[in-house]
This record gives sequence, C-alpha cells and structure tokens, in this order.
Amino acid sequence: MIESDVLVQSLQDMGVNFFTGVPDSILGGIIAELMVRHVYTPAVREDEAVAMAAGAYMAGKIPAVLMQNSGLGTSLNALISLNLIYQQPCILIISWRGFQGKDAPEHLVMGQTMPQLLDTMKIPHRTLSEQTMSNDLKWLGETFMKQRIPVGLVIQKGVVKGLHP
Amino acid sequence: MQSRAQAMAALLDLLTDQPVIICNGFPSREAHKIADRPTHFYMIGSMGVAAAIGLGVALCKPQKQVVVFDGDGNVLMGMGTLATIGSLRPKNFVHVVFDNEVYGSTGNQPTISNVVRLEQVAKAAGYVHVERVREREDIVYEFKDLLKKDGPSMLLIKVNELAEDVGRVLHEPPDITRRFMKAIE
Repeated sequence: MIESDVLVQSLQDMGVNFFTGVPDSILGGIIAELMVRHVYTPAVREDEAVAMAAGAYMAGKIPAVLMQNSGLGTSLNALISLNLIYQQPCILIISWRGFQGKDAPEHLVMGQTMPQLLDTMKIPHRTLSEQTMSNDLKWLGETFMKQRIPVGLVIQKGVVKGLHP
Repeated sequence: MQSRAQAMAALLDLLTDQPVIICNGFPSREAHKIADRPTHFYMIGSMGVAAAIGLGVALCKPQKQVVVFDGDGNVLMGMGTLATIGSLRPKNFVHVVFDNEVYGSTGNQPTISNVVRLEQVAKAAGYVHVERVREREDIVYEFKDLLKKDGPSMLLIKVNELAEDVGRVLHEPPDITRRFMKAIE
C-alpha cells in the first residue's frame, strides 16, 4: 500500500503546488497529509474546486483537485466548458467508489460508468497502483504539460493508505 | 435605474491593471465591447463559477486586487462559493454583482434575487464589506471605497434589464487564457 505522505511528496516534487477538492474516505489519508503540510484549500462543491484550480493555474500554479467520482458528475460542465475549451489543465485525483459493484448503492452506476465517462469527455486518465506509481505520475505530468487539459489519476480503495488502516 | 453596461463602464473607468473575471452571457460581451483589456478573463460557459475562478487567482496572487463581475443568476447558481470566500477571507477579493433580477441571456426569465438579498447572504457567509447600490454616484463612490479596503467585499448593483446590442467575444478561449496569464504574471 502506498503511504499518503509518499504520494503527496511525489506530487509536490513534480511541481504540484495548489491542492483543492471535496473529501472522500478513500482520499482521507491524502487530504490529512495535505492539511498537515498546510497546502490544502477546501472547496464546497467539485465544480467550484475545478474552477478555483483554473484560477490558480492562470496565476502560475500547477493545481490538483481531489474528489470522489460522484463529484465528477457535479463538475462535468466546468470541466467541459471551462477547462477543455480554454485549455486550462489540472490534475484530477478521483477516488473510484463503486469499483466492481462493491460499494453502497449510490456509487454503483458511477462506479461502472466512470472510465467510459472520462473517455467520452476525452479526459486522459490512469488508475494508480503501487507497482506503477512512478510511471503513473510521470505520465500525469507529461500529459498535463503537453495537452493542457485536465488529466485523471484514479485511486481505488486500498491502494493509498487511508485514515483507518 | 442604470443599465448593467452603464454601471460596468463606470467601474471599468476606475480600474487599471487589476485582473477582472467576467461571468458568462451578456456581461462578458458588454465588458469586451466597453474596454477590451488583456487583464480581462471573459467567460463563455460554465455558469456559476466566475467567483471560484477569481478566488483561485486571488489566493495565488495575494499582491494583486482581483475583481469579479458577476450576475444574480450566476451567484445563485454557485452560492456555496460565497461561503468558501467568506471562510478563506482573501483581502484582495472584490465581488461585483450586477443584479437585474432576470436570466438576461436566455430571455429575461425571473431569478429570485428580487426576494433574496444576495449581499446579505455574502455578509452572513463572512464577507467583510458589503454594499447595495442603485445610483451612479453611489456606484462610483462605493467601488472606489471598496478598492481601498481589505476584503473580501461585495458591491451589489441594482440594474435594469437592458442589454447592449453586442456581438460575441471575438478572442478564442485558449487565447483568452494565454493573454490573461501573461497580463497578470
């Protein structure tokens, strides 16, 4: 399992220097670590977080937005009619609730649909694993710089250490 | 009562190189016609998030005063952002709301800002200064005053429903991004 502080440090080493989002339990350890480092700006909705990140990008930062995949639904319009058409990149760290149908009922449809949804929106994405982490992050940074659009890093339950091990 | 374009022209007269985020619909098109500056970020979609974009800029450029030109429909759609701004309290954030009580870009359907006092919502959420104005002299006086004070501030301007006969913003969206980034560097 990836330690939260290792992942956060790797993101910071890549140059990511603005973090915002809305919590999810899978992301709890990462957010706690970001708060310890005083680099997390909490948002109240995912589309607000995406827009704040767009402002941060235009002010010279490299932003990341953390969200549960249900928040991907909330932020669709901002991602489409702000980030994609204005070429404003951000790193989307999305927890994969409802993966393989093993979750509470409200997560099942999005859990099944999410990869196709990202593909349809033409948002490049990868699913993080401990074995491929350094490659995943390298790909993330390169895609961000080259395409100037949002790039997704999907995180499944149990891949990054959470608040309750 | 003044039109939004009249009020906007009075405000733009008082601004120089401050970053200005302008919400989608007629406000961006009118601002583009009145004064097209590289420090303007014109929105053409993503209704409801103008203030969130401005907040991102304000947090990352604390030495610059950031102005948002918003509408009542936009603020109602992204009302949670008033709370985020009120809690983070960026001193360099000036939120102007042109309140015509209608969705003007889609045919003047009524909003609910005739009964919901948006500047009071902002005040309750933690904005430091809020003002509600209608007359031209008051608009100029209060905006000048808010620019001198630490925010976050909201200036709500009651305007009529008139929209200028304006075309679309001519710049391509990626060019708006690049031009704005360079201008506020």
